[in-house]
Amino acid sequence: MLAQQILDELKNIVGADNVATDRQDLICYGYDATQMEFLPDAVVHPGSTEEVAAVLKLANAKRFPVFPRGAGSGFTGGALPKGGGIVLVVTRLNRILRIDTENLIAEVEPGVVTEQFQLEVEKLGLFYPPDPASLKFSTLGGNVAENAGGPRCVKYGVTRDFVMGLEVVLPTGEVIRTGGETYKGVVGYDLTRLLCGSEGTLGVITRIIFKLLPLPEAKKTMLTIFDSIDGAAKAVSTIIGNKIIPTTLEFMDYATLQCVNKRFSLGIPDNGRAVLIIEVDGDRDLIEKQAARIQELIKPLGLVECKVARDAAESEALWKVRRLVSPSLRDVNPDKFNEDIVVPRSKVPEVIRVIEKIQQKYDIPIVNFGHAGDGNIHVNVMIDRAIAGQEEKAHEAIAEIFQAALDLNGTMSGEHGVGLAKQPYIHLELKPEQVMAMQAIKQALDPNNILNPGKMFPV
Amino acid sequence: MSKPEKMDALIRVENELKKCVKCGACRAHCPAFATFGKEPAVARGKVALAQHLLKGDIELDDATYGAMSKCLLCGSCVEKCPNDVPTDEIVMVAREALAGQRGLTTFHSAVGRVINNRALMKFGAAAARILGPLFFRKVPETSGLRLRFPLPFVGGKRHIPPLAKKPFLERHPEVLPGEPGKPRIVYFVGCMTNFCYPQVGEAALALFRHLGCTVIIPKNQQCCGLPGMSGGDLDTVRELAERNLAELERFEADYIMTACATCGGALHKFYPNLVGKRHPELAARLKAIADKTVDATQLLHKLGLNPQETGAGSDVRITYHDPCHLRTRAITRQPRELLAGTPGIELAEMEGADKCCGLGGTFNVYHYESSLAINKMKSAAIIRTGALAVATGCPGCMMQLSDGLKQHGSAVQVVHTLQVLARRLLKS
Repeated sequence: MLAQQILDELKNIVGADNVATDRQDLICYGYDATQMEFLPDAVVHPGSTEEVAAVLKLANAKRFPVFPRGAGSGFTGGALPKGGGIVLVVTRLNRILRIDTENLIAEVEPGVVTEQFQLEVEKLGLFYPPDPASLKFSTLGGNVAENAGGPRCVKYGVTRDFVMGLEVVLPTGEVIRTGGETYKGVVGYDLTRLLCGSEGTLGVITRIIFKLLPLPEAKKTMLTIFDSIDGAAKAVSTIIGNKIIPTTLEFMDYATLQCVNKRFSLGIPDNGRAVLIIEVDGDRDLIEKQAARIQELIKPLGLVECKVARDAAESEALWKVRRLVSPSLRDVNPDKFNEDIVVPRSKVPEVIRVIEKIQQKYDIPIVNFGHAGDGNIHVNVMIDRAIAGQEEKAHEAIAEIFQAALDLNGTMSGEHGVGLAKQPYIHLELKPEQVMAMQAIKQALDPNNILNPGKMFPV
Repeated sequence: MSKPEKMDALIRVENELKKCVKCGACRAHCPAFATFGKEPAVARGKVALAQHLLKGDIELDDATYGAMSKCLLCGSCVEKCPNDVPTDEIVMVAREALAGQRGLTTFHSAVGRVINNRALMKFGAAAARILGPLFFRKVPETSGLRLRFPLPFVGGKRHIPPLAKKPFLERHPEVLPGEPGKPRIVYFVGCMTNFCYPQVGEAALALFRHLGCTVIIPKNQQCCGLPGMSGGDLDTVRELAERNLAELERFEADYIMTACATCGGALHKFYPNLVGKRHPELAARLKAIADKTVDATQLLHKLGLNPQETGAGSDVRITYHDPCHLRTRAITRQPRELLAGTPGIELAEMEGADKCCGLGGTFNVYHYESSLAINKMKSAAIIRTGALAVATGCPGCMMQLSDGLKQHGSAVQVVHTLQVLARRLLKS
């Protein structure tokens, strides 16, 4: 519990309307997409960088934890106030400050919703490619803090690749700027890249300078069905091996197809075992050529069917198949652990086969889909928490899945981060020396362990 | 903390509550969240609160009431929810629990008494008697309509449509016979059409009679009950539903037709899902009514109306607003196709045609400023199209759109889709 005096001081900083302590408010800022729940002692909505800084200074003086939060849509509990303290919601900071069409950059506040930003820059013929599945509601600040990815990363890279500079309130309350507006810049450590993916443990991001690209003229979508997982995987490496980098290469395994098919009739032929949704973008003439070449390349790889969208509406219909995956999963089992391992793209079939074995060993359904183009597979371990022992089994299976990814030179998480959810497994991937180096940084910047404590590293 | 009483309401949605995984997708679609900006206003927040109410670790107090009141029941979140969480129903059930614990608000108990008046014709008198002192002087005297969309605490800013000299239900015999072999249609009129926009009813009659249909207008039909659902007064809603059932079952009909999106939503969706779950003994009958309920534009489209014959006229650019309770029933294509097929009509799409107008049942009573803030974007989008008129399929939206446009100083006319489709018939 926070002392009344602290609450009063918080109200002085951000205004009484922007400090909430009703149990109802605490509940509403105590969850995220992990379905874990921890209630804070107060919820604070700052309206400026100065207010954020003042809150952190107070937190250091009075020693209470501060948990930064955007939309609260994370999959690993990064924004959850475990252990109590205040949740610092930055969504009032939601202005797009400028879009510079000469230098192809934009400066925004962290509470701007990703899709809104994309639509604004697209009006000017510009392009911000990172497209996490949550882009309609997640915030850019959260995207940077978690280094969000998305289907388009195979061609364009992840959020980090578009961040040129930041304004950050350090855990001790000082305001700094990192990076800047130039593509080049080598003076000092690259704090910008350090802060991308720091999960709110090293600073509160209050401004972001993004790099933008020219908006591609057109895109073309194809839904391709293969008679084996290997055919689909071979298609991925064949396309890229032939020097075509599609915008997206989204993959769904047989378990996923069965799952979606149960609820929605997809018209996938009986011998279809895996689906790839392939999209290319660029100049109209070029993408027609690329699409034709891709079809030619994948034909001998066990291609059962290839549906090519002729217009935006047909493209939308093809993407719908992918979007139906999530709602369909509930029919398998009510609870899911949504992991996001990555392996080198050529190892995708291998890791899927290991996962199939893990599924048989633990006898729980595992459904795989995701971004085959960059080897980032969403592994969904489906359980029913109401059945005794299932959750424990899931945790054991997940540890084996992570190990399988690591054995193939991959990583435990491509997009979701560590937060609370992957904390118990971090030692599988990071050596003690690596963790020590990271913790030394954390200790140097946050000596009182104020900012998002208890995350990422095992406590 | 003591376990709140009257939790039986929430227990009915226990399984629905479990479906929410707190992904946050509703944040992108909730019009109330867009104006309030804080999590208790969004669907996932309300679901979390309902879950805690069930656990018994929060009370049905002011803070719970405040959160649950911030919902327009527009169904946008339900439509876009990856896990099919019916937050609109959950909110109505939570409001029922709140009403059970705290009593109905003064306002909503007055609403209950009025909409529950046995004969629709007497709504007006009852309304004036009970609510008279609450109402601003500009509000007409007789009125079930403003009980459906009541405005007691609003002050003088609100634009209110003038009252019909003679309510629609008093204008026509109960059965208007059509050609043999053509569909028999029961028309569920609704309060707003009856008292406020009888011209919508006239357009509906003209169109279906043009197609040779037999149109039946049951004399003792009641308010659909949505204002009661909105306030958690499910006892009143049950009584209304029972009386409407009896009235609608009196006639053999192929369809039950509404030209009010909200009434249609009540009959088609909320009767079976909300009332049916609460009163299983009525479930089968409610389901039968729901299955027969269609929107006027949906039915006209299905019956192959040729708008050339009924709606041809001078050249006018119009735009179309999707009422939430048509959009959530996937009735978006039919009105557009009919309008676009009407000679003289140029249909210009507005930005965000599918966004809520901000009325939200009784939301606008408790959160008038927010309701107007939501409406502001809508009005601006309508004006940007350069249309002379905006057509829509819900008399409630018609009132809210008129109010918003008036406040913007705009001369854009607000009409019902049926009025456009029937403009040639109504002229002759």
